[in-house]
Amino acid sequence: MNTTRRLLLKSATSAGLVAAAVAAGLLKPGQALADWNSAGFTATKAADALGAIGAGGAAASSDVEVKAPDIAENGAVVPVEVVTRLPNVESIALLGEKNANPLIAIYALTDFDGSLTTRMKMGQTANVRAVVKAGGKFYTAAKEVKVTVGGCGG
Amino acid sequence: MAIAMRVRASNGEIKVLMTHPSENGMRKDAKSGQVVPAHFVKNVTVAVNGKTVMDGQWGGGISKDPYLGFKVKGLKAGDKVSVSAEDNKGDKGSGEATVS
Repeated sequence: MNTTRRLLLKSATSAGLVAAAVAAGLLKPGQALADWNSAGFTATKAADALGAIGAGGAAASSDVEVKAPDIAENGAVVPVEVVTRLPNVESIALLGEKNANPLIAIYALTDFDGSLTTRMKMGQTANVRAVVKAGGKFYTAAKEVKVTVGGCGG
Repeated sequence: MAIAMRVRASNGEIKVLMTHPSENGMRKDAKSGQVVPAHFVKNVTVAVNGKTVMDGQWGGGISKDPYLGFKVKGLKAGDKVSVSAEDNKGDKGSGEATVS
């Protein structure tokens, strides 16, 4: 973690300030956004991906719910909603456990109000897993989605 | 090429729809049989009145034409929502909306 860059990001409240920082050579272009978790996104096993995002010890929780269709006819577009009643949500990660690269997305969140929806690809029938970090702890839940036509190519 | 997107916000929820191929680098083209190179959105950030409320990272497992919707506490009419995105080729895009 580059502390200077973090502080800059926190203090830079507008794109203009970020642009100024880039111009001043403080930030390299393309670095203004969060570091992409390469280890997590290229992991080929769900457990490895969870480890790469620090969520290896996530506890199963009834306070996290994954809403997704029971059967996805088209694995290329599977709508998934993560719903949680947990307070102080810091981040949400989404995984397709049997995808070639299970990690789909990581969202760092502020003032989150309990619902996040996105659309993901699934290669085959598998659990869709959400991991919610709240109050410094990881909570997880999963829902199986049956896929009739995989959407990851190959 | 800039990433095109549409941003909407109302009833406490922000919705973003982008136009992007979201190729994971594993799919083979049906005609040529060649693997289509990876081309997907890696970072998406959302701010309300300049304060970042989401800093997201995506992999190639996000569907083509990525969609993102999420609820934010305290969102009220007139708030300015700004979204920016960047893909693995360095292409960028941004969008704005006023909460209705």
